[in-house]
Amino acid sequence: MIQYILRRLLQIIPVFIGTTLLVYFMVFALPGDPIRALFGDRPPSEAVIAQLRQQYNLDQPFWVQYGLFLKNLFTFNLGVDFTGQPIAASLGRIFPVTVMLAVEALIIQTVFGVTFGLIAGLRKGRVFDATVLIASLVVIAIPTFVLGFVLQLLIGVQLGWAKPTVGATADWGNLILPATVLGLVSFAYVLRLTRASVIENMNADYVRTATAKGLSRPRVVVTHILRNSMIPVITYLGASLGGLMGGAIVTESIFNVPGVGQKLFQAVIRSEGPTVVAIVSVLVLVFVIANLLVDLLYAWLDPRIRYEN
Amino acid sequence: MTDNITPNRDTAPAQEPAKGAIVLEVRDLSVDFGVDKKWVPAAIGLNYEVRAGEVLAIVGESGSGKSASSMALLGLLPSNSRVSGSVRLSGKELLGSNAANIREVRGKDVAVIFQEPMTALNPVYTVGAQIVETVRLHNEVSPDQAKERALRMLELVELPDPEKAFKSYPHQLSGGQRQRAMIAQSLSCDPKLLIADEPTTALDVTVQAEILDLMRNLRNKLDSAIVLITHDMGVVADLADRIAVMRRGLIVETGTAEQVFRNPRHEYTQALLAAVPHLGQGGADDAAEVDVTAALAAATHAELESVDHADLVRRERENAAALATAAAERPQGEPVLELTDVAIEYPKQGRVPAFRAVEGANLVIYPGQVVGLVGESGSGKTTIGRAAVGLLPVAAGTMRVVGQDISAAKKNGKQLHHVRRHIGMVFQDPSSSLNPRLPIGESIGEPMFLAGEAKGSGLQKRIEALLDQVELPRSYRNRYPHELSGGQKQRVGIARALSLKPKLMVADEPTSALDVSVQAKVLELFQNLQKDLGFACLFVTHDLAVVDVLADRICVMQRGRIVEQGTRDQILRNPQEPYTQRLLAAVPLPDPEKQRERRELRAQLLASGVE
Repeated sequence: MIQYILRRLLQIIPVFIGTTLLVYFMVFALPGDPIRALFGDRPPSEAVIAQLRQQYNLDQPFWVQYGLFLKNLFTFNLGVDFTGQPIAASLGRIFPVTVMLAVEALIIQTVFGVTFGLIAGLRKGRVFDATVLIASLVVIAIPTFVLGFVLQLLIGVQLGWAKPTVGATADWGNLILPATVLGLVSFAYVLRLTRASVIENMNADYVRTATAKGLSRPRVVVTHILRNSMIPVITYLGASLGGLMGGAIVTESIFNVPGVGQKLFQAVIRSEGPTVVAIVSVLVLVFVIANLLVDLLYAWLDPRIRYEN
Repeated sequence: MTDNITPNRDTAPAQEPAKGAIVLEVRDLSVDFGVDKKWVPAAIGLNYEVRAGEVLAIVGESGSGKSASSMALLGLLPSNSRVSGSVRLSGKELLGSNAANIREVRGKDVAVIFQEPMTALNPVYTVGAQIVETVRLHNEVSPDQAKERALRMLELVELPDPEKAFKSYPHQLSGGQRQRAMIAQSLSCDPKLLIADEPTTALDVTVQAEILDLMRNLRNKLDSAIVLITHDMGVVADLADRIAVMRRGLIVETGTAEQVFRNPRHEYTQALLAAVPHLGQGGADDAAEVDVTAALAAATHAELESVDHADLVRRERENAAALATAAAERPQGEPVLELTDVAIEYPKQGRVPAFRAVEGANLVIYPGQVVGLVGESGSGKTTIGRAAVGLLPVAAGTMRVVGQDISAAKKNGKQLHHVRRHIGMVFQDPSSSLNPRLPIGESIGEPMFLAGEAKGSGLQKRIEALLDQVELPRSYRNRYPHELSGGQKQRVGIARALSLKPKLMVADEPTSALDVSVQAKVLELFQNLQKDLGFACLFVTHDLAVVDVLADRICVMQRGRIVEQGTRDQILRNPQEPYTQRLLAAVPLPDPEKQRERRELRAQLLASGVE
């Protein structure tokens, strides 16, 4: 088992180099001069531009730039961004917010998705099931920004149940609205996945055995149907965590959440290679580790899966 | 019908039949299923009762309602069903009683053993946890006491290492061990009634014999009433005191085991008994019936208490005489399939190392010969079948098919492509081996079309001819597989295999998924076709009785090796290898008296230290 975990952790190295290289190259290949773009309509003297270029290594060829980036990274010196702020400090500011948002969204989608999916699966073909299925389809079909604005207006502004925007001080309470919006799309998938899985397991032989033993329905459902049904759902949840962290740009913009999405978006617009790659690197780490955790959880849920050498 | 004296069917004659109290009394039990808003009857007006210490076998083929009616006893049917009548357990009415009462009875008074030990236990909990769950549900005991009880039960069902079994997950146990664990769980609350739904169907014969032994021992020890649901007449003969024969929802005949086997009254019972292929009966033609018990007794020098000594000597002599006069082999022509010291490996996949499934196999099939390859699961019999078609690579030795050495043939290469035109293959599961989106006519015609043998109206004519050969109506050509019954689908499979007029047919358990009466018809068809067309055949099966009907030669496989081979007479009349003897002795005979002899013989074989 430990060997398996070590092997998986070693896999991070090639994944990390591959993604950073790719992302760095894409930023490098973006059209336009990032330094000139910084100054807008009032271009500074060529000397200033040259000096700034040198400062950010932009006068070097691609491989040197990438190499210097890696060197800085491994010496824990992420440098400063184009506004002169240390990148490490801004990462330290934005990531906790995004992690909070993603975890809250994950909890919301899991709790509601699994609960509704379970009930719908157990009542397959009845009114509740049909309603939930249609509702989930509607949720999947509506774009996030529509859903976001509607909920912001309705719950945040008109009803005043939650803060419509987050602002600089993000905490669990005022992130509830963006987390709900973020979680809603995956919620629909979790629900459908749970439902399908429950329906499949409901008719399994071992469920009949459990009933024949004399177990009450709730116990059959919780200990025998639900646990076995969670196996495919867990896989999906792990994969969706990455999406929740990195793909929250729209939601973060709507609710003005100072998180990774917004920062990444701005950095891409400004062609700020180091910032983009730094953020992406952290996201890659999160993604790989989340997947490892999912696989370990998977083996715990299903003893038939064993990671041997 | 209700007052049948139950003769004791055990070897010990001293034990008098203890006629127990009636445990289960079923009156006018009917089960309907709602299909497309109509009620379809699955069981109609059933009446039977079971007494303590008695085994009632409910026998029937698929769709007879035997399982549905038994599941109805405990309310285990799906929600689209309707049950009426009366089910009394020790005088207490179960039908219509409230959910809590039924739950109280389930697992405690009435326990169930299901068919598939693979899936009947929850894969994510240990065996011990599942038994403990049952024990604690019905008894107010501490976790430690429950564990102790579970361990005792695992010991009772003769698992070699109860402690280890307790901690094992179901997938870590073999099929037989899993079924033992299932039985341990069922018995953990001392049920008055045990319902065993095809308890040995998914198991190998030797394992089946062990489980049947176990159930017989338990019956004597525990004095529970047992309802045994099965389609296997051999199992019935081995275990049942009384028999109820079901067909299309009705009980057509009930009686003691003796009565039903000796003197079946209903024509369906007679047909059912006639359809059961039993080991030693021989084929439809000249092959004489073999007294396997006598053969085994002679081969192992066994003395049987249940058979008169002089009688046994006479039977052994008859057997020896028959063996002496048995037609010697007359192999003719160039071998169609020839294996010389063949080893077959499942190739390495990623981190999973290569697995050698067959080693040192020598086997020759001459034109027109049917060779039965027999073995239990994991013996490598299917592997040889697949390698003969070039689906698995030969790791060592030489394999010649229709005159060509394919041991070194490239996967999907030209040579294999050419060789495969001379081989037909029939698969085990007729449902999944036909493309569900192709009309069966196209499935049958595809090999001919791909080989460029025929097209257009020529192809259509060939398809019609093939349908005639397998005795299916020509109009079936445009039907899809799901519109056909299992037996019909397998006929289509045979027609497809025949379409290129193969020299060699590889049949992998082609009848094991079919009901006995259907199996009998398919085997008969197969035999006739083989005689008419004269193809050679490698017939892979776990069922010795089927091989006995069909094969000229029999090869017995165990753990990847062919342990014994010879003509049918040599193997059945004079089995030399201990494994072959054990295998033959494990097959239950559909005749209570003969089965008693066989059982004693088997006990001696096992006792004499044969591994």
